[in-house]
Order: sequence, then structure tokens, then C-alpha cells
Amino acid sequence: MLLAIVIWGVTGVVTAGFATKRWWFPAPINTHAAAFDSYFSANLIFSGIVFLAAQLALGWLIWRHRNRGQQAVHSDGNNRMELLWTSLTAILFLGAAIGSARMWSDVHLSTFSTTPMRIEASGKQFAWNFRYPGADGKFGKTDARLANDAAGNPAGILPDDPAGKDDIVNAALRIPAGRPVQLILRSNDVLHNFFVRELRVKQDLVPGLDIPLHILADKPGEYEIACSELCGLGHHQMRSVMIVLPQPDFDSWLGKQAAK
Amino acid sequence: MNFLGRYIFSTDHKIIGLQYFILALIAAFTGMALSVAMRFHLSYPEAKVKLFEILWPNGAPGGVMTPELYLALMTMHGTIMVFFLLTTVPQGGFGNYFLPLQIGAHDMAFPRLNMLSFWTTALSFLVLCSAFVVEGGAPISGWTAYPPLSAVGPVAGPGLGQGMTIWVVSIALFSAGSLMGAINFITTTLELRAKGMSLLRMPLTCWGWFSTAIISLFAFAVLIAAGVLLLMDRELGTSFFLPAGLVINDKPIGRAGGSPLLWQHLFWFFGHPEVYIAILPGMGIISTVLATFSRKPVFGYKAMVAALLFIGFFGFLVWGHHMFISGMNPYSSIAFSVLTLIIGVPSAIKTFNWLGTIWGGSLHLTTAMLWALGFVSVFVTGGLTGIWLGQPALDLYFHDTYLVVGHFHMIMGVAAVFAMFAGTYYWWPRMTGRMLGETTGKVHFYCTFIGVYMIFIPMHFAGIAGNPRRYSDFSQFEFLRDLKMLHLGMTHAAFFTAAVQFLFLFNLLWSLRSRAKAPANPWRATTLEWATPSDEPPVVYRGAYEFSTPGARRDFRMQNEEEDTGT
Amino acid sequence: MTSPGISRQASFTGLYAFFATIIMLFGAFTSAMVVRRGASKDWVGVPRSQLLWVNTGVLALSSIAAEKARRDLLNGHRMRFNIGWAAATLLGAGFVAGQFAVWQHLRHSGVYINSYPGSAFFYVGTVAHALHLAGGWIAMFYLMVRALRLQLGPGRRTAVDVTAVYWHFLGVLWLYLLWLFWFWGNWD
Ligand code: HEM
Ligand SMILES: [Cu+2]
Ligand SMILES: [Cu+2]
Repeated sequence: MLLAIVIWGVTGVVTAGFATKRWWFPAPINTHAAAFDSYFSANLIFSGIVFLAAQLALGWLIWRHRNRGQQAVHSDGNNRMELLWTSLTAILFLGAAIGSARMWSDVHLSTFSTTPMRIEASGKQFAWNFRYPGADGKFGKTDARLANDAAGNPAGILPDDPAGKDDIVNAALRIPAGRPVQLILRSNDVLHNFFVRELRVKQDLVPGLDIPLHILADKPGEYEIACSELCGLGHHQMRSVMIVLPQPDFDSWLGKQAAK
Repeated sequence: MNFLGRYIFSTDHKIIGLQYFILALIAAFTGMALSVAMRFHLSYPEAKVKLFEILWPNGAPGGVMTPELYLALMTMHGTIMVFFLLTTVPQGGFGNYFLPLQIGAHDMAFPRLNMLSFWTTALSFLVLCSAFVVEGGAPISGWTAYPPLSAVGPVAGPGLGQGMTIWVVSIALFSAGSLMGAINFITTTLELRAKGMSLLRMPLTCWGWFSTAIISLFAFAVLIAAGVLLLMDRELGTSFFLPAGLVINDKPIGRAGGSPLLWQHLFWFFGHPEVYIAILPGMGIISTVLATFSRKPVFGYKAMVAALLFIGFFGFLVWGHHMFISGMNPYSSIAFSVLTLIIGVPSAIKTFNWLGTIWGGSLHLTTAMLWALGFVSVFVTGGLTGIWLGQPALDLYFHDTYLVVGHFHMIMGVAAVFAMFAGTYYWWPRMTGRMLGETTGKVHFYCTFIGVYMIFIPMHFAGIAGNPRRYSDFSQFEFLRDLKMLHLGMTHAAFFTAAVQFLFLFNLLWSLRSRAKAPANPWRATTLEWATPSDEPPVVYRGAYEFSTPGARRDFRMQNEEEDTGT
Repeated sequence: MTSPGISRQASFTGLYAFFATIIMLFGAFTSAMVVRRGASKDWVGVPRSQLLWVNTGVLALSSIAAEKARRDLLNGHRMRFNIGWAAATLLGAGFVAGQFAVWQHLRHSGVYINSYPGSAFFYVGTVAHALHLAGGWIAMFYLMVRALRLQLGPGRRTAVDVTAVYWHFLGVLWLYLLWLFWFWGNWD
């Protein structure tokens, strides 16, 4: 009996915790993030109902059938019930798989209607570098062995590649608001992960692969980038920021960088 | 027979079962102590702790834990818990002790192999623990040991030299021990069943051990293969997992052509089935305990068996759900997602059947039963967040956050541990001839039940707020500072929950002192381990869960009871 | 496997379960090889040594001898069994020695485990196979000694049968590895 009360109590507290949203997502800054939030809400409501139903039923069964000297009903099962709940869960779960596949495709399998701006995002133990191709629109070739922060070449751009002469490298990611951006994620040491909460996406950086990630931020502001794949003892401090600027501000910033 | 032969190098399945149980008990308390230290550090990062300094003079100079020590503790905690607790008690411990008894066999099929399997496992644990004392300390790459971090040696960080090598060797040894066990379990189940014990009369525990053995047989072989390749990359300069152009800490690594994702595929091909290895025997225990204390047959026995087998098979097809954001082909993510949600179905079926089992029953709320009912509760809670994580679109945000940590602790850690507690309270009388204290047991249960919800539900909130896992410190990010109170709550809940586990230890030890013998069949159960021992091999006349059969003399009929005449 | 009182049937079931893990182990190596080859452009084939064909022949003869000996034992020809089994054991040792020679030869010609991807898989695969074989060989040797002490006969032949079947299995596994390394690994 006590158990039924404890289960109900815990259920209530857990439900309340999720309902108050005291610790929750940051506000979305683009349509994908907003879509994510509503898709997650649908999931939350659905699982909330199942959670409540199952826990309350469990408590109720414990309460109702606790031994008071009564004889248990003899039942080996019921095939119709099995069929019912099997098909019901199968439909619900597959529905979830399909629902999320659509959103996943929007992030990973669709292309922008306009050509995106390309920025290379590279991680190394335990810092970020963001590289813009400069006026020629081309990235210079790099060799990680040449990377040297002190010498002002954190990306390791080959000095004899003309395409690299005008490349701009920055420790923070600045992007124009409302403009599609293609990040090219690279790493030359270990795995890292690019994660901006407000964008609702994350993607591993894998040595040996150049992984494209499409992002678009509508709302100007400063957002934290947190490495989200274990990369060594400084993993917890591998931080940078994504600064979303209105287009004119961004242009003038880029101009200033190019002049340097 | 001398002491050494009888208790140390014993080939008796009962002794071996107890050996596994004791080994796991040591491992569990070690792993728990590590988690308490981790939680302490997360909430009190500046605190000077004398004990840390004594235990890890290099990892905690002045008593303040370094990031590398945190990650080392985390790796060891995860490894110890997954391998030496979850894989060891349900299968090696309970399975060895009770599989032969429940199917009416004299012993396991290959007793000497059984002994070898235990000692390999024990050796593997010692090897693992030795990682703490070598130069550089224990590895910091997590229990998943992703390369390049794990493959390039100490340039990538402390603990990645000898400590990492030791980790790989320990895991390979553990796998070898598990494989020997698996061969033994499969053969015993198939060949040594008593007369009349058809497969579909076996208790669901036996089905759990049997399907777990089959899964182990396939999964651990792949883990060994992966471990060998990793070891070659580390020690002999090959490039299975290391691509060209690596420069770590300004040092060129000079390998070419390997793929870090290859390790992830191999590891998770083992790793996902591993979670079923951890939980399937527990599911069998829960079914048995629920039926026995509801005085009702298991609801839908055949559906339960089918679900086990289905999980066993499909468990090998879903590993990619750990790799949605790894850079794997986005189309395969969709396929893995569909398969993952499909495998959720049999787990749901089992939950429905457990509810069906207690429905209409006459519930005796013994301590074992409390753990079993608690299991159903946490299994539902942990399972539902699994549905979120199985969808790549949601995993885009949740991957490697504390939501994952909360999820897997609930479904894999807590649920499996609850099943072990249920099994211990249920079988202790058979294992030792003594009853465990019910009052202590209930206090232990209620505190633990509330405690685990207090630790692991807040982790979900931290995850929703975006808190990455495997961070040794939350002070570098603005958004993490806002979660301080949340983490403080978890830390104190962890202290509380860890402390009450000593009640359990106390209960075990205290029971051994008591002089009152447990009755032969204290729970009035139906399966053979409770039958009066005799030299004749038993003969089985019916299925495993004949409770409250109308017209029967008593409310249970044992599997070997010839017919229903009174005695 | 040889302790008395274990039913013959159980020994074989255990053996087949063991086959399943071996298949998974080499299956994992194979899929790693397929992935590794597909993932990058540095594949240059797998080392070949003509000696491998000699070794293959020796292993095949060993298997045949073991099989013949096994049948002799079944029919009670203990003497013929002893000779055949000893021959199989000797040929088995010959195979392992031959593999050592292959590794030696490759190393002398500068092919090490870390030379190129194909050589890495070659060494890993052949060494893993040889280790499994060594286990079987120890069983064969042990049985040979027992047979010479007249401890085996038509009624006590489970260990011989199990070992022989294991031996054949490793032979087939070897043919597979040979195909994988010699042919598949060198196709372009
Ligand atoms: C007293 C109970 C426990 C507490 C307080 C606890 C706490 C923790 C903490 C703080 C982490 C590190 C999270 C991070 O930094 O990302 C962790 C990781 C982990 N725990 Fe536990 N844990 C407990 C019990 C268990 C159990 C019973 C298991 C058995 C499955 C388990 C398995 C793991 C695993 C696999 C990891 C991941 C390690 C890694 O990231 O490599 N834990 N736990
Ligand atoms: Cu990082
Ligand atoms: Cu999984």
C-alpha cells in the first residue's frame, strides 16, 4: 500500500518537474529550432500520457490487489490483449520513427535554395577555429603540422597557397542573421562535437572527414558553442561563441578582418 | 577436498555462482564509491579532500581533483558498473547458481570451463583496477574508448598510455571469460534439462540466461576483435582507426587511412546487445518474482519468450542509434531509427505482461516483490526516454547530454540493479539457508527507490537544458552555471542513495549470523530450485508458473509434483 | 572437454557454440577489412607468399589423417589410429611452423604489421587463426599421449571426435582466410 502511494508520489513529482520547465531549452533562434521544440512537445505529451497511465495503473494494481486473503484469479494470458497492445505500440513507435525522419531529413538531406556561405569550423584540444575563405571564396590548403597559434596561423594554412592568403581565421563564429551557412567541420586530433543549444543541432567533428552542417540563425545574439564529444582532459572548457550579427554589421566586421 | 579445492578453485556451479556474486559485490561498491567521488567533485570542485590525495597523489594534488582524475573515475565507474556488475551478477552469479537447479541438472555442462571462466573474469577485474596505480593513472576516454583519443597513447592526455592499454587487455580478458560462460550456458540449457523439462516449461529466468548467453556468444567475439585492432593501433603502429594527417598536441602521429568510425561500429555492435545482456536475465527474475508473489501464472508466458528472442535477434540490428551524430551516412540513421523503435515494441509487450501478471493477483508485498514492482516503475520511466533518443531528430540535441546519462542509468543501471536486488532477496534463502531481514530490506528499498528518482530525473532536466556529459566542471559555460542548484540536488541525492546501500550489505552479513534456518520453500514457489533435494534426477510434469490453479490442493504446484493428491 | 561423464551430445553442442564465436570473431575482422578498404585510398593489397600454398597442403593432409584416424578408432583399429593421429598431430605442428616461416619470410622482405593496411590484416588474421589452431593442437597432442597409453577406444572416443571436428573447422576457416587474403584482398 505504501508502495502505491510512493509510486504515485514520485510520478506526481516527476510530472510536475517536467511541467514547470524550470530547467529547459533556451529560446529557439530559427525555424528548425522552433520545429524541434514543437516536435519535442508532442513527444513529451505522448510519453507523459503513457508515463502517467503506466505508473498510475501500477500503483492502482498494487493497491487493488494487495493480499487481503483473497484468491488470485488464474489466468495464463490473453492472446487478444497481446495482439492489441503489440499492434498499438508498434503503430505508435513507427509513427515516431517516421515523424522524426522528416525532421532529420530537413537538417541533413535538404539543400538551401540560395547558395550558403561557407565557413570551416575546426576543433582541436581544446579550442575552436573558424575560417572564412575571404574575397576569393576559396579556402587555402592546410597542413595541421603548420598550425601555430603564436605565429598567427592557428589553422595551419600553407604559406605558398595563394587561395589561403586572404583567409580569415577567428576563435569565435560570427555569422550574418537570416543567411544560410554551411559549416565544414574538421578536426586533426581527436573527436569533438559542434553544439549550439539554440540551434538544436550537434554534429561530431571526425578526423579524416570533412562533415558539412547547414545552419541558419535568424535572431542576432551571442550563443555558446560547447564541445559535446569527449576529447580529453580539457573537454569541459572547449568553449566558443556563435555571434549572430545583422547583415550590415557582419559585412563591416568581415571587411575589417580582411583589411587586417 | 581441501579448502582451496572446495572454495577457491571449485568446479561446483553453486560455489562459482557465489564467487561471481562476491566479486560483483566488491565491484559494485567500488563503482559506487567512484560515482560518489565524481558527484562530490561536480558540486564542490574546489574542496580539498584528504582522502583523494591519499588515494591519488597525482590525480588530486593537495586534495583537489584534477579534470583528468574526474575523467579517469568516470571511465572506471562506467566500465566497472557495466562489465563487473551488470554482466556479472545476473548471468555469472544467479545464472550459474540457479540454471542447473532450475532445469534439474547436476551441474553446468563443463564445470572446469566454468571455473576457468570465473577466474578469467576475476583476473580481468584485478587487471582493470591496476590501471589506477600505473604511470599516468586510469584512462580518461570513457567506457566507450573512442579513437583517436584511445589509440594514440599519452600524447592525447594522461591515462592514455599504460592505463589505456590495461583497460583494453582487461576488456579482452573479460570478453574471453564471458564467452566461456556463454558456451556453458547454451550447452547446459540445450542438453542437460531434466526429463519433462521441455523448453517451453522452463522458467523465464532460464530463458533469460539462455538468450543472454546467445547474445554474449556473438557480441563479445566482436568486442575482442575490436580490442585486438585497437591494441595493434596502440602498440604496433597499424592504422585501423587512425586517419592521415593527425597532429595531436603538436605531435604528428604519422598514420594513414584508418577510420575512427570503424571503432564505433564495432564497439556498438557489441555495446547495444550488451545492454540486453545486462537486462534480459533481470527480466526473467522480475517475471518469476511477480508471478510468485502475485500467486498467479506469468501473464502471456509465450509472448514473454517470443519477446526475449525477438530482442535477442533485433538487438544486433540497432547499434547505429549510438552514432546518429557521428558523421555516419544520414540515410542509415533513418534505418537505424526505425529498427530501434521496432525493438522498443517487445520491451513494451513485456511491461504490459508484467502489469497483466499482477492484475487480479493476491499481492504479497515482500521485499523481493517491492524490488520487482519498483523495477516495473523505473523500466517504464527509462524506456520512455529511450523512445526520444531513438529518434535522430531529437538526438540531434540530446546526444551526449545528461539526458542520455539519466536515461541509461534508469533503464540499464537502476532497472538491472533492482532486478539484482529482487533476485537476492528472493534467492538468498536458497543460497545461504538464511532469510534476509524484511524490515531492513523494505527500508533499503524505499530509500533507494526514492533516491534513484532524485538522482536521475534531474539529470533529464540538465540534459534538456543542454548540459553535455563527461564534463568535469561546469564553470566554463554561462548556461551551465544556471544548473548549479540542480546538480547540487543530484549530488546530495547520490550521497543519500549510496549511504543506504550499506543497509543492504549489513542485511547480508547480519543474516549469516542468525541461527534461524530458512524453510525449504519459503515463498511457496513452483520452480525446481525449491524442490526438496534428492539424489534422483527430478522429473518435470508441468510448466513453471502453476499458481492458483482452480481445483488444486494448494495455491501452487511445483514443477516436479507428480499429481495433485494431498501429502 | 575431456572429463568423463559429460555426454557426447553436450560436447558437440559446446563445440558448435564455440564455432559461432569464432565465426563472429573472424566475421568482425572481415567487416573491418571491408570497411577499411572502402574508406580510404591507401589499399595496396595483401602480402602473398607461395609458402602459404604448401602450408595449406600440409593442413589439408593433417585434417585427412585426423579424419582417417578417427574412423579407425571407431572401428577399433587402435594401432592404425595411433599412427594416423600422430601423423595428423605432426602435420599440424608442421602447419604452424610453416606459418612461422611465412611471417619470418615476410619480415625479412620488409613487410611488417604496420607496413600497409593489407599486411596489418594479414598478420592479425593469420596469427588469430594460428592461436586457435594451437589450442586444437594441444588437445591433439594430449590425446596422442593418452592414446599411446591405451586410454582410448571405440567407447572412449568423444574427445577424439570433437577435436577432429574442431580441426576440420579450422581447416575450412583457413581456406576462407586464404581466399580473403590471397584473392579478395588483391582484387582491384
Ligand atoms: C549511486 C549510483 C550512481 C551514481 C550516483 C552514478 C553517477 C554517475 C556519474 C556522475 C557519471 C558521469 C556522468 C558524466 O560525467 O558524463 C556516470 C557515468 C556512468 N555510469 Fe553511473 N552512477 C551510478 C550508478 C551506475 C550504475 C548502477 C551503472 C550501471 C550501468 C552506471 C553506469 C554508468 C555508465 C556506463 C556511465 C558512463 C561512463 C562514461 O561516460 O564513459 N552507473 N554515473
Ligand atoms: Cu572537444
Ligand atoms: Cu543501444
